Amino acid sequence: MAAFIIRRLIQSVLVMLVVSFVSFSMFTYVGDPINNMVGQETTQAEREALRERLGLDDPFPVQFARFVGRAVQGEFGVSYRMARPVEEIIAERLPATIELATVSALFALVVGIAMGVYTALHRDRWLARVFMTLSLVGVSLPTFLIGILLIFVFAVLLQWLPSFGRGDTVAIGGWWTTGFLTASGLKALILPAITLGLFQLTLIMRLVRAEMLEVLRTDYIKFARARGLSDRAIHFGHALKNTLVPVITIAGLQLGAILAFAIITETVFQWPGIGLLFISAIQFVDVPVMAAYLVMISLFFVLINLAVDLLYYAVDPRLRAERGPGGR
Amino acid sequence: MTEPLLSIRDLTVEFPTRRGRLTAVDGVSLDIAEGEVLGVVGESGAGKSMTGMAVIGLLEPPGRIAGGVIRLAGRRIDDLPYDKMRKVRGREIGAIFQDPLTSLNPLYTIGRQLVETIRTHTDMTPTKARERAVALLREVGIPAPEHRVESYPHELSGGMRQRVVIALALSVNPRLVIADEPTTALDVSIQAQILALLRRLCRDHGTAVMLITHDMGVIAETANRVAVMYAGRVAEVGPVREVIMHPRHPYTVGLMGSIPIVGTDLPRLSQIEGSMPRLSAIPPGCAFHPRCPKRFGRCETERPETIPVGRDHVACWLWDGHRDAESEAARRAVLDHGRG
Amino acid sequence: MAESDTGTPDAAAPTAAPARPAATADLPERPPGALRRAIDSDLVYAFRRSPTAVVSATVAAIMILASVLAPWIAPYDPFDPATLNLMDGFTPPMEAGFSGDVYLLGTDDQGRDVLSAIMYGARISLLVGVCAIAFAMILGTTLGLIAGYVGGWVDSLIMRIADIQLSFPAILVALLIFGVARAVLPRDMHEDMAIYVLILAIGLSDWVQFARTVRGTTLVEKNKEYVQAARVIGVHPAIIVFKHVLPNTLGPVTVIATIGLALAIITEATLSFLGVGVPPTQPSLGTLIRIGGNFLFSGEWWITLFPGVALVLLALSVNLLGDWLRDALNPRLR
Repeated sequence: MAAFIIRRLIQSVLVMLVVSFVSFSMFTYVGDPINNMVGQETTQAEREALRERLGLDDPFPVQFARFVGRAVQGEFGVSYRMARPVEEIIAERLPATIELATVSALFALVVGIAMGVYTALHRDRWLARVFMTLSLVGVSLPTFLIGILLIFVFAVLLQWLPSFGRGDTVAIGGWWTTGFLTASGLKALILPAITLGLFQLTLIMRLVRAEMLEVLRTDYIKFARARGLSDRAIHFGHALKNTLVPVITIAGLQLGAILAFAIITETVFQWPGIGLLFISAIQFVDVPVMAAYLVMISLFFVLINLAVDLLYYAVDPRLRAERGPGGR
Repeated sequence: MTEPLLSIRDLTVEFPTRRGRLTAVDGVSLDIAEGEVLGVVGESGAGKSMTGMAVIGLLEPPGRIAGGVIRLAGRRIDDLPYDKMRKVRGREIGAIFQDPLTSLNPLYTIGRQLVETIRTHTDMTPTKARERAVALLREVGIPAPEHRVESYPHELSGGMRQRVVIALALSVNPRLVIADEPTTALDVSIQAQILALLRRLCRDHGTAVMLITHDMGVIAETANRVAVMYAGRVAEVGPVREVIMHPRHPYTVGLMGSIPIVGTDLPRLSQIEGSMPRLSAIPPGCAFHPRCPKRFGRCETERPETIPVGRDHVACWLWDGHRDAESEAARRAVLDHGRG
Repeated sequence: MAESDTGTPDAAAPTAAPARPAATADLPERPPGALRRAIDSDLVYAFRRSPTAVVSATVAAIMILASVLAPWIAPYDPFDPATLNLMDGFTPPMEAGFSGDVYLLGTDDQGRDVLSAIMYGARISLLVGVCAIAFAMILGTTLGLIAGYVGGWVDSLIMRIADIQLSFPAILVALLIFGVARAVLPRDMHEDMAIYVLILAIGLSDWVQFARTVRGTTLVEKNKEYVQAARVIGVHPAIIVFKHVLPNTLGPVTVIATIGLALAIITEATLSFLGVGVPPTQPSLGTLIRIGGNFLFSGEWWITLFPGVALVLLALSVNLLGDWLRDALNPRLR
């Protein structure tokens, strides 16, 4: 197990280095960073001084090392467009995205697994068929359209819920803002969270259903029935746990995808998170913000992949091959 | 004769398919006495596993019991509602399946699976159930059971796993065990051990066994009586020695001819021409007649009755009118000269 | 294409059933030209027996035809300012505008016919989708063939890159490539190059599936007797790959390409919706939805919802067709 973990760690570090390299290359070779930072009236001497001070004349490996070193400390330079340190802007907007992604992920996981189990156990009931048909449409519905439809129905026609923004937020500890504590914050969260979670929900539901049907056909389930165990014990004790082993991987990666899809949802609902920040960075070619976002989201993906691997080990005893018999 | 423990009468199992209903088990009648080992032998597709699954109520949909009656100790069990039948399974009828590698849930320790089964059918405390689990493992010959109880299935060898499966099947002392090809997936060297274990345990506990296999050798070694199945029907039932030494149905004769038996002086191994019909194309009359060297007109149109011959029962028209042909000479005469 | 909708399932059932085992029995061997034979016999047959396939193929065919032929059959030319009637702006569907013209799906703020805009928009969406998938297919198949046939470190390198890319969602990869391209290209070229950049971005984000599948098939074929024999007698690797290996990958690649097309159309729409796709002067379905979204609150729902419906119909029908094709060809996907 240790060898496996170490191999995964090395792979993760490698991915991060590649990503950093891409970000760094963007930084260095896309346009002239000095031109992007200073105004028109700056003299040539001042530009040279700045170039010197920023170390832009150093050899490539030195610059790259410095970039990585600063990135590790969370420094990504100054946004071209907003003329403020990138890390500051991101820190401001991160809570919004994290709250949205967490709620969506929970929604997708809980409802998706429940619906998947239901459709697997009661394949022939009409409700299961409805779920399956809806999920088929759901997979083909682009996220932004779901958002627009929800806005049209709940914000325009029914006028129950707000269609943009985060509502009122409360600051906690000076560095975190939350929408969980106000009524308008919670209301504002509903539509974006559903929009963001729906696609993952349908995926998880179909995956759980397929895996569960597969598991229900296995010999050990047949044997469990032959032992006279109750349906409850068979379905939820035996089948569900075995179903969740492969589901964990995909679901884990889907949670990573939620963060990426947050870009779309945040655009639809003008949710003030880092996804919206990234889109405007692309539109205005704000390289430091793009680079920071890239590094940050990659780090997040790498961490999720690692966590999924570890979880896999925790759930499936077959992978814990080194563990001797006896003793928990 | 006292009432048998298990009595199957005219059992019919059908599978509705798009092309019509397939009859996998067709009018099978069998009895198993208390503590008896009944071997059920036949080629794959003969309906022997289906019969076993029907008894334990685990036919996979769309398969279903279309007719007949199954009684366990006089109580009808083929029409029990699902939840009542569930309490029969494990409690009164245990089961052992072919592949010990896949019969155990890989994610739970064998102890947990044992305790779970024991506690489903009894009101033992967890501690008591666990003690019983360890005792069971010891009884099936697992070394160091106190430690092994914490093992996951993948940590045990195939033979050990099958021992665990046997422990699970016998965990609450059922009166009948359905053993469906219990040794087929195991190494030859281990097969004999497992069979000996099964035989010993069932003798000690007075458990009856329905031993389903395609291997006549396993039957010869383990069973008291044997039922030979062909195309969903019983061809011949009788005491093991009788059927092996003096087979009466031409199919059994062919089956015996195709395996070497030490101590007999058959000139050469023979084989039956052709293969078993598919379920969708079972011939009229006797299902075996297209392959039967002794067939005559009646076999092609009329399905044979089960005819008692000595201690044997044979579903073959050859024996109609020879119910008393008990001696070896008479048997030879019937088989050699056909209708005579 | 939509013939035999009535009574087909029952009438065809008895004859269809025996045909099936034969088809699956043929599959494991798969000599070159298996796809060809399948198309000749069982595939067409299976197609006519599947209502989903027939309906989705019909819908897809109608939409593709309508968009390809848009310049000739669209009621208006939405890009010709001369035909636009500003006074007809915001005409609801099926109602007469100020000029007296009736617009089936209504008009937008500039009096542009929504139906015509959809037809022209779908044209762009399809163009980008098809080109992107073709690009991904060529790139992925080539890399897959190389990885599978050459093996060794080349294989490891290609598959590691594929693994890394696969752990990021396609949309993010496409966004990044788009962003980098924008940063590299001079600002005044953004508009002109947008479509090409878009095709490149979507194509680059989609090649992995092709590469993985083709690599798998290549590995299997490479070890077959006839390929071994060809290698022994010194046939040039390129000829082996093109004559023996490539034909065997056609089935799976077709399936991935069909499902990938649906995905590419959605990706394009999403990027355009985010405002980083095609320029507003050449609106695709995604652009139309984005622009129309601004009028949702004032009640002009048709400007955004009809393009949305068109997008879903297109993506769903292509998707279903791909699903069906996968089941019908039953290639060893993964």
